Formats: sequence, C-alpha cells, structure tokens
Amino acid sequence: MFLAQRRLCSLESRAKFLKTIYSSKILGLPTSAKMSLKITNAKRIEGLDSNVWIEFTKLAADPSVVNLGQGLPDISPPIYVKEELSKIAAIDSLNQYTRGFGHPSLVKALSCLYEKIYQKQINPNKEILVTVGAYGSLFNTIQGLIDEGDEVIVIVPFYDCYEPMVRMAGATPVFIPLRPKPVDGKKWSSSDWTLDPQELASKFNSKTKAIILNTPHNPIGKVYTKEELQVIADLCIKYDTLCISDEVYEWLVYTGNKHVKIATFPGMWERTITIGSAGKTFSVTGWKLGWSIGPNHLIKHLQTVQQNTVYTCATPLQEALAQAFWIDIKRMDDPECYFNSLPKELEVKRDRMIHLLESLGLKPIVPDGGYFIIADVSLLDADLSDMKDSNEPYDYKFVKWMTKNKKLSAIPVSAFCNAETKLQFEKFVRFCFIKKDSTLDAAEEIIKGWNRQKS
Amino acid sequence: GSPPNGYPPLTKILASFFGKLLGQEIDPFKNVLVTVGAYGALFTAFQALVEEGDEVIIIEPFFDCYEPMTLMAGGHPVFVTLKPGLTRDGELDSSSNWQLDPTELASKFTSHTKALILNTPNNPVGKVFSKAELELVASLCQQHDVICIADEVYQWLVYDGYQHVSIASLPGMWERTLTIGSAGKTFSATGWKVGWVLGPDSLMKHLRTVHQNSIYHCPTQGQAAVAQSFEHEQLHFGQASSYFARFPQAMQRTRDHMIRSLQSVGLKPVVSQGSYFFMADISDFKSKMPDLPGDVDEPYDRRFVKWMIKTKGLVAIPVSTFYSVPHRKIFDHYIRFCFVKDESTLQAMDEKLQKWKKELRP
Repeated sequence: MFLAQRRLCSLESRAKFLKTIYSSKILGLPTSAKMSLKITNAKRIEGLDSNVWIEFTKLAADPSVVNLGQGLPDISPPIYVKEELSKIAAIDSLNQYTRGFGHPSLVKALSCLYEKIYQKQINPNKEILVTVGAYGSLFNTIQGLIDEGDEVIVIVPFYDCYEPMVRMAGATPVFIPLRPKPVDGKKWSSSDWTLDPQELASKFNSKTKAIILNTPHNPIGKVYTKEELQVIADLCIKYDTLCISDEVYEWLVYTGNKHVKIATFPGMWERTITIGSAGKTFSVTGWKLGWSIGPNHLIKHLQTVQQNTVYTCATPLQEALAQAFWIDIKRMDDPECYFNSLPKELEVKRDRMIHLLESLGLKPIVPDGGYFIIADVSLLDADLSDMKDSNEPYDYKFVKWMTKNKKLSAIPVSAFCNAETKLQFEKFVRFCFIKKDSTLDAAEEIIKGWNRQKS
Repeated sequence: GSPPNGYPPLTKILASFFGKLLGQEIDPFKNVLVTVGAYGALFTAFQALVEEGDEVIIIEPFFDCYEPMTLMAGGHPVFVTLKPGLTRDGELDSSSNWQLDPTELASKFTSHTKALILNTPNNPVGKVFSKAELELVASLCQQHDVICIADEVYQWLVYDGYQHVSIASLPGMWERTLTIGSAGKTFSATGWKVGWVLGPDSLMKHLRTVHQNSIYHCPTQGQAAVAQSFEHEQLHFGQASSYFARFPQAMQRTRDHMIRSLQSVGLKPVVSQGSYFFMADISDFKSKMPDLPGDVDEPYDRRFVKWMIKTKGLVAIPVSTFYSVPHRKIFDHYIRFCFVKDESTLQAMDEKLQKWKKELRP
C-alpha cells in the first residue's frame, strides 16, 4: 500500500500525501482489531457465554425489590458454623494448603455421615472428593467422565448449568421433560410431575454415557420416589450408563416425603456419582464447598480433573465445615440437629408462600422438597405490552414486568429449559422461599397490594 | 449475590491497586476475574483460549501444571530451556545466569503458536526476568500475534534489589497479556485459594465464560478478607511498614541462612533473585555416589531426594519434575529448597546438616 501511495505521491501535493499516510485507513487496522483475527476463544465455549443469573441478578439488585429469585438464603446460617470459621482463621497451619482431594478432617466427617445413610463403608480418601461447590462437582464429573460424541440425558426443567457443561465436554444433551398429570380439583403437587417410563426408555441408546438426576428437584421441588428411581436405575443398568445424582437439597424434604439415594439401589453404587453441597446443607452458599461420593474407579477421574483445575479447595472453610458436621452428626435424631430443624423451618415458609400465591389466584405446585415453588402466572393475565423484547418467552417478560412494576423478583422457569421445551414451561415462574420472615412479610404486602389493584 | 467475576470490594481494589502498578485503566468488571487460586486462573485461561492444534510455548523448568493444563485443553506444548551460564570458580551460581537463547526462543514460534506462558519470578529457578528479557519475549509475542499468560504469583518476593517487571506494562502488551496473581503467595495464606487474572476485556470475556460454566462463584469469605488486606496494604504501600517490603526482607535473610547452611555439606545453591525457592546443584554428589537406589529410568535427582529424606531427614524437590519428559535425564542434578520457613524449621534443618557434615568426614 505504501509503495502504491508513493507512486501516486508524485501526482499529489506532499501535504496531502502526509495527511493520508497518517490516516488509519492507510496504516491499516489498529493493533487490537488486527489481533482479533487470530486470537479467538476456544471452540469448547462457543455459544456458552450467556447466563440467566447474570441478567436476573442485575435486575433484582435494586434494594427496593423483594428478591424471591436466586436461590440465596437470606436467613442466618447456624451460629456454630460461623463461630467455627472465626476460630479456625486464627490458626496458622489452617491458612495454608491442605490435601487436594479434600481436607482430612472434612472427608472423615463426610465419610462418617454418609456411611450411616448409605449403610456401607465409604473410604474418605478414595470415594470422596471435595470441590468448589456442587457446581464444581458437576464440572469435575462431566469433565472427568463425559467425552466428545457421548450423549447425556437431561431431565427438563433442569438446573441451568447441566446443558452448557455437557456441551463444553463436547457431548450432546438429550432432553426429556417432566410431564404433569391431571389433578382434577385437588392441590397440584410436585409429585404430579413425572417421567413417562416409555419415553424415558426411548432416550437411552448405546451412546448414552450418563443421565443427570436432580432430587429433590430444582425448580419443581419433586422428590423422586423409590419406584421412579427404580425405573431410572433399571435403564442405567440395562444400558451400562452412569448416573450423576445432584442431591444438594437432600435434607430439604417435607412431611410425608423421604429422600431416597439412587446409589443405594442394587447395581447402582458402581455407576453413580452423588453430589452434595455445604451451601445448601448449612445455608452458607458463599462457602462454595461441595462433594462427590462414589466408587473409586469413577472418583479417581474426578480427582484427576481436580489436580488439573483448582488443585485444592480453601482450607479454613473445609475445617470449619468439618467441625460443623461433627456437631450435627452427633445429634442426628435430635430435632435441634440442623438437618432436622431446617426442613421444619422451611416447611412453614413453604406453606406461607403457597398461601400467598393462591391468594393472588395462582395455582402453585406444592413442592415436596427443595426451597422453590413454581406457579403458572398466565392466570394473572398481566399486561406485558410494554415489555419490548418480543422474542423472549412469556415468563422472561413477566418476571421483568413484575420486578419493574411490583418490585418483586423471581426466575422464569423457561431458563431451565432447552430451546425446544421452552414453550412447554414458559408460563411458569419460580419463587424462592428460603427467606427470612421480614422478606416474606414484604412479599405479602406486595401481593396484598396487587390483589387490591386487581379488584 | 455477587457478580460471578468476583466479590465487588475485591475486584474494585484489585483494579485500582494493579491499575497503578501496570499503568493501565482497569475496570473491575471487564478486566478482573477472581479465581480459585492462581491455579484456577491458569486453568480458566487455558480452557478459554487454547484448543486442539494450538501450540503453547513453555519455558523450562516450569511449574508442573503448565504441561497437563495445555494437554487437557488439546494444545501442544513446545519447550524452550533456560540455560545456566558459566560461573567462576568459588562463586555461587545465580538465577540471573539462567537465560533464554534469543535465537532458540524465536525459533519456537510458529503460525500455530497460541500462547506463551511466562513465570516471573520463576519457580523453581527463582529467576526474575529483566526488562530487556521481557522486551524480547514481548516483541516475539507481538510479531507472531501470541497471547502471553504471565504467572506472577511471586511478584512481591524479590531480593537483592532486583525489580519485578510485569510484561503487561510494556508497550503493546496489555491487549495480549493475562496477568495472574495470588493472594496465597501475596499474604502467606496459601490455604485461602484466592487468585485473580487481569487482562483486556477481549480476552477476559472468554475466561468469564469458562468460569461461569465451571465453578461460577468463588467463596465469599476469602475474597472479603483479601479485599480488606489489600485495603490495608494500599495505605502502607511503598513504606518500610508495608508487608510487601517487610516480608521479602525477612525471606531474604532466611534464604541467605539456608544457602550458607547447605553449602556446609557440599550442596551448591543457585542464589535466587525471587520466589520462595532456590535450587542446589548436586553434581558433586552425582559423581561421588552415582548409584543411589531407585527405579531403572529414575532421574538422579529423584533418587538423591529419596536418599536424603531417608538418611538425612531433609526434604527437597527434584528439579527434573519441572522439566519435560525428554529433558529429565539431562537436568537431573538440581534439587529445589523452599526457604519460606520459620526459625524453628531453620534450627531443625541446621541440626540435621551438622549431623550430615560429621558423617562426611572420613
């Protein structure tokens, strides 16, 4: 270009020549734009950059909004949990690196707790891995065990990270929705949402590497029964498939229901990774500690991922968690034990939230577990005409409208659906009830006001 | 909840603190990502930017995770070696003598080179890359349009008046550099596992995508504590009272103590300009006792370390671990010592060394 310009230069004035030389058109693109031709993202993350939480957390960040959206407890964690952490922070050695696969006193406590529940010995070093939240366990499991070309069955609605994590591993998610049974007048329960056994069986084939199970389920609150789990177990065994069981809400199960672990079924221990969460167990989501439990021949691969990703989790948090566990392990039959007291506390809040939503004319699905309730909001027939983005599903528009106009936030359930099933769930919105009384009081005020406006 | 890129008080202070150091306007949302240790930062960077077909230049000896992380991302590691220079008789070797051959380095860049990983101060050599050495790396990165992943976890641990220089502060480098730091190394709290990456939004957005699809959030408490710690340090920065001044001063003394002590048994330390470590040359031992017990293909330094642990009660790390497999047999005559230890550990070490020295006498 320079040479051509020089040749032409003799035909133009020198001043004009100097001006054009220094214009960006002649010199070419600025360095950063030139750089972007070669330096691009790795293909594994292509299309995985959007995230429902980022959008909706920003919306709900307005302090005047009553936030029933993100699953963030605003109740206090047990006092002893916080006290343990502050004691431990003062101990020098507990501020340095610990064992990568899990701090010894923590894996020992987890082993002790879960041996009681699984009714089998669980080796703390070989059959347990401590991760950065249950999220990290999901990541380690999928990265460690799922390959390009594999299929992974995902039940819709699903906790939103399952799909991008499966895709990031180069595998294909195969979706199957939970379907509602007709209820005829009685209260709609999460147990009315089930998998069709024939439809489920049709999703399994020789490429199926794993099925991701979430029980108690987010967002519906379904607690899978023994019979429902047996159907899944039978298919896993028949097709030699792994079961990734996300059981973070395992303690949050309400009267008349029991949390059942699929890993305890005959033939299932050897093919199941069961995931738990300190954040959900002790209402300390900010601690980001989770764990995977399973047979060594599977856990060892999660451990390999660990040593090539974060290597180890924070020491003081693990030690504090271990101490908190010991306190509650010693009193598991006691109503004071947090594993017993929290679900009791939450059941009251659940019932209150159900009542509030019903008073608005909604038909919420009563959850058997977890700390969310979903409800079909189209019954409110809200005027969403001023919500500009017409490409968004109904529930996205509704939540944005409700946040803006009613100062109440929630999460659209279609965020937990793949593209094809969004329409099936777009009328549903998810409310979180692990909130302190004053938050629920504020929600109640908004709902009363809403009712007054309607009449 | 916090934005996933990090707890706001921490990202804010990191942006202001490092913005000043790097001479760059740093936005807490677009240019900062908090990770689970610097280890997590490295993983996130590799996963975001390296894929099958990409080459990653790794300078040997290297912190051992760089190679498996490159491989896990489908990349191909290309090694270039820091070579020890000549030392005069009676003089101790220094990490500053260990250098890259410019021609050799240039030859490693191809059209497939995606990134170069630079660790300064370096683990295990303890080398602090000079401005001139960084300018060489920078010009090659710019010439070949390559990303520089700068692992600067030991940036405050610099001795003997040497200066840490961040390659991101050199002209033309901010837009292609990811600078990684560690609260664990900065504040001697490795168990907190809080690290960070600083870089241009055009690269950071891809790291954010990996982060939100792998762990999503880092623990809050560690981040809150690190934010407070930086607030405290910002007030003292540049003064004698600053932890970033006092700590390296104290560690320089420990380093010197250890260097003197180890020489008494015939180990030849390589005086490190920075980091927690120095290497010691064991070639004299290799010629005097070449046949130490071990596996057939086990490099000499591994056998030596096992022998030293068993018979002398002292632990070090064989440096061949930090080399690519084909080079381990060549660089098998150094072991790495960590000197970030307290008085009682140093005393215990001295006792063991005195015992060893006695055993040396014929």
